[in-house]
Amino acid sequence: MIGFLRRKPGPPIDARAFDLLCLTIGVVIALHAAYLPAWLTASLVVVLGVRWWQRRRKPGNAPVYLKLPLVGLLAVAVIFYYGNIFGREPGSALAVGLLVLKLLETDSARDARVCVAFACFTLMAALLAGQGMVATTGVALGLLPAMAALRALQPGRMASSFLGDLRPGLGLLAAAIPLALVAFVLVPRLDSPIWGAPPGAQARTGLSDRLAPGDMVDLLTDDHPAMRVAFDGPLPDPAQRYFRAYVMGHFDGRGWAQLTTGRTASPLEVSKSIRYRVSLEANNQRVWPALDVPMEAPAGTRMASDHALVADRPVTDALSYAMQSALQYRLQPDLDDLTRRQTLQLPAGFNPRTLALGAQWRAQYGNDDAAIARAAMTLFHDGGFSYTLAPAPLGRHSVDDFLFNTHEGFCEHYASAFTVLMRSAGVPARVVTGYLGGYWNKLGEYLLVRQSDAHAWAEVWLTGKGWVRFDPTGAVRPERISLGAAAASAAGGQDGGGIGWLNAMLDRFDVVNRWWSEGVIGFDALRQRGMLTPFGIRDADTTLLGTLLAISCVLFAGIGLAWAMWQRGAGDPLRNAMQSLEHKLAGVGIERRPSEGPQHYLLRAARALPHQRDALERLMKDYLDLRYAHDSPPAESVRRLCRAVRDFRPRRVVK
Amino acid sequence: MAAWSESVQRLLGWAEARLPALTRYRQLEALPITLHRRRIYIVPSAFGLLFTVLLGIMLIGALNYANNAALLLSCLLGGASVASMLIAFRNLDGLRVTSIQPGHAMAGEPVMLQIHLDAATRVRQAVMVDLNGQTEATSIVPPHVATMSLALPTRRRGWQALPRIRVWTHWPIGLFRAWSWLHPSMQVLVWPRPESGGPPPTFLSDDPLRQRLHRGEDLAALRDYRAGDPPRHIAWKASARHESLLVKDFEQPAPHEDWQLDWRQLPELGQEARISRLARWLSEAEASGRATSLWLPEERIERGVGPAHFARCMNALAKLP
Repeated sequence: MIGFLRRKPGPPIDARAFDLLCLTIGVVIALHAAYLPAWLTASLVVVLGVRWWQRRRKPGNAPVYLKLPLVGLLAVAVIFYYGNIFGREPGSALAVGLLVLKLLETDSARDARVCVAFACFTLMAALLAGQGMVATTGVALGLLPAMAALRALQPGRMASSFLGDLRPGLGLLAAAIPLALVAFVLVPRLDSPIWGAPPGAQARTGLSDRLAPGDMVDLLTDDHPAMRVAFDGPLPDPAQRYFRAYVMGHFDGRGWAQLTTGRTASPLEVSKSIRYRVSLEANNQRVWPALDVPMEAPAGTRMASDHALVADRPVTDALSYAMQSALQYRLQPDLDDLTRRQTLQLPAGFNPRTLALGAQWRAQYGNDDAAIARAAMTLFHDGGFSYTLAPAPLGRHSVDDFLFNTHEGFCEHYASAFTVLMRSAGVPARVVTGYLGGYWNKLGEYLLVRQSDAHAWAEVWLTGKGWVRFDPTGAVRPERISLGAAAASAAGGQDGGGIGWLNAMLDRFDVVNRWWSEGVIGFDALRQRGMLTPFGIRDADTTLLGTLLAISCVLFAGIGLAWAMWQRGAGDPLRNAMQSLEHKLAGVGIERRPSEGPQHYLLRAARALPHQRDALERLMKDYLDLRYAHDSPPAESVRRLCRAVRDFRPRRVVK
Repeated sequence: MAAWSESVQRLLGWAEARLPALTRYRQLEALPITLHRRRIYIVPSAFGLLFTVLLGIMLIGALNYANNAALLLSCLLGGASVASMLIAFRNLDGLRVTSIQPGHAMAGEPVMLQIHLDAATRVRQAVMVDLNGQTEATSIVPPHVATMSLALPTRRRGWQALPRIRVWTHWPIGLFRAWSWLHPSMQVLVWPRPESGGPPPTFLSDDPLRQRLHRGEDLAALRDYRAGDPPRHIAWKASARHESLLVKDFEQPAPHEDWQLDWRQLPELGQEARISRLARWLSEAEASGRATSLWLPEERIERGVGPAHFARCMNALAKLP
């Protein structure tokens, strides 16, 4: 490492500085621990602890024969575990490892400074893994021991307690907040990255553009927020909180996928609509969920013929959009032939029993498509079906297996089987995935939709009504629709949300989180440009932002300098008055000598400025009187003297 | 390494010649000296430059990955760095160097300087003072005055001017170095270096003190007869057992005698040799507690004893042309 090339080590740092350094590195490890492999975290903690203990006993560096193999071991372990050394995760693992190993050869102030700087860098790298508020706060707190360690490296500082050493860093960071905020708002954002692709978002579960049996289990147990929705007006009923994301019309026997049509959106007749605003978390998908059927596509998306909103590019950062959706509507009342064909398509050679049942229903109910759908719902309701997130595996004829053997599954099984049944009976049908339900945050007045609210249902085309939503899961487990996913999966009746104060706290926490993800994480180039609209500037470009940034930096520099130069007025007004008089007289060339008393000096000044002899002699007399004839001079006289000094203008003598 | 620091020195020399603001305070100034904004300079330290580069990388990385949290914290760190510059400035602003008390030293030995720093109104932490390549650090809490001891190497006797003194700080986090040069109009008197060996002082035979030396009462030793010894000092009994005459040598109470050191005693030596011999005699007399008087061409110091007298004599020697 760098140490081998070093010139001179310098004196060892004291124990406090080393403790603070260890604390800094400990925080770094803790922040990275969330995604580092456990064995690496554990061994780094051990190395840190051993080094701390060893340095406490005797200052000095670890021997080279210990350092070199450890560095090699780290590199090999990282390559072995991640497969390469580049990329975010192996890079972070390597950085944290090297930081801890750097501590082994840190004994002098110089090394400690390098170590702290590297620690700051690694702290920031932790944010690449997730920029949530908790992680960010953690990193900000990690800056405290870093500052304290740097401070403790200064020779000759005053001794202080451990906490006393941490506190000034807080003050320093607090003083930096205004400038940091202005810089954050004004630093021009890049339209496209300079290098590399943006990190593949968080490898987190989310809705996928394909649906196959068993796909959604991870999703239904993931409590991360998917989006937050604030409504203009009353909150829709629980049974109306269907957020459509993907509409899937293509079935290949195993799973469902979107139909690829380049056609424009189908007609929509609206009788009731609602306005709302969605704050979407990053999900790396190319779809923006919308309540029921969106009426128009917001900027950045295109509306597909099935009224799904297809984004221009994947959602890699949190974003927010305003929308209007229809709650009562007729969607595509006249079905075109192509769509009819596509939504009746079934692959050959799959699910013969289901096809037979469909054909039987068609014969039984004649042309009444609605009756066929009702029959299917009745089947799910009364056929001995059960809702479970751990259903038995299905064979090649998955729908047959599900309908006639296992009878257990969750939303996607029901939606898929229902749609196949409808198509077998000759009724156009398709699967829709999205979210259902959500949690109403009273404090923030918004609906919090989690990944676990993901849901799949079906849409059936009925003559005269267009596409109508059918939710076969509701037939099996009605509370899934009326109460939401949490109630539906709480099989044992034990409800974690029952504690009032905890709920209130979680509400609050989520409000802050929302503010964070909208105000900080979601503050992108687009919002930065629109930021100045209230001031009459339509599109703030990079030059304007840069100018504003420079102006505010100068402004802050001015404020800071004013603070730095500001000196509390010394307590003695007489001395101040005398100093000001000396200053004025020095301006015309009469400087007070160090050995000169006020009387001598002012008499000399009076001789040098004969026009002002009287004034100077009076000032001298007053000053001497106030200074030496009183224990505490009367305030009025002191003020008079100060005024006299202020009004005194020495005039240069023309020789 | 040496070449590098040499070129840095050359660059500094050039800068001082070119920039009046830097050279301005090279002229002598009387103590006390108050540091104020027009004489405090600030530049980033080497670590500050490294840190700036690192901050830049963080900033570009955050922008590249559109990572607003990292961007915010990088801005925060940058803001804190800027604030630390102002704190470094305030750490020196208004600081006063009230006085410098020199110690005594012979030429060739370092003289200790006691530099007194007054904090005025604020606590000053980690203030460092550089003098001739050595550095001392201290913190000053307002009502108290901090004293720093620094050694100034000396070469030759006489008045020696103080070199420029640098008061500086890296406070609080080492990103910036704030400093101010002082050139106090003060001189240190360096004593002459005593010669390393040589004869003891001899005195003119007609000196009345010389007579008295041999009138001691106690027998100190026997020695061979020399022409001129008084016959009553001959030790007849002892001489009888010896092949030559032995003389009783009485103890000479010399250590308790005054030494009257005189410039004129040493006509054969050069100026500096005379001075260093007198310095040695004075040092020996001081070490053995003997009273001395010192006659110099222009000055006559009456007999005396003790450190103050010694210092007076040495000062007089040091000031000789």
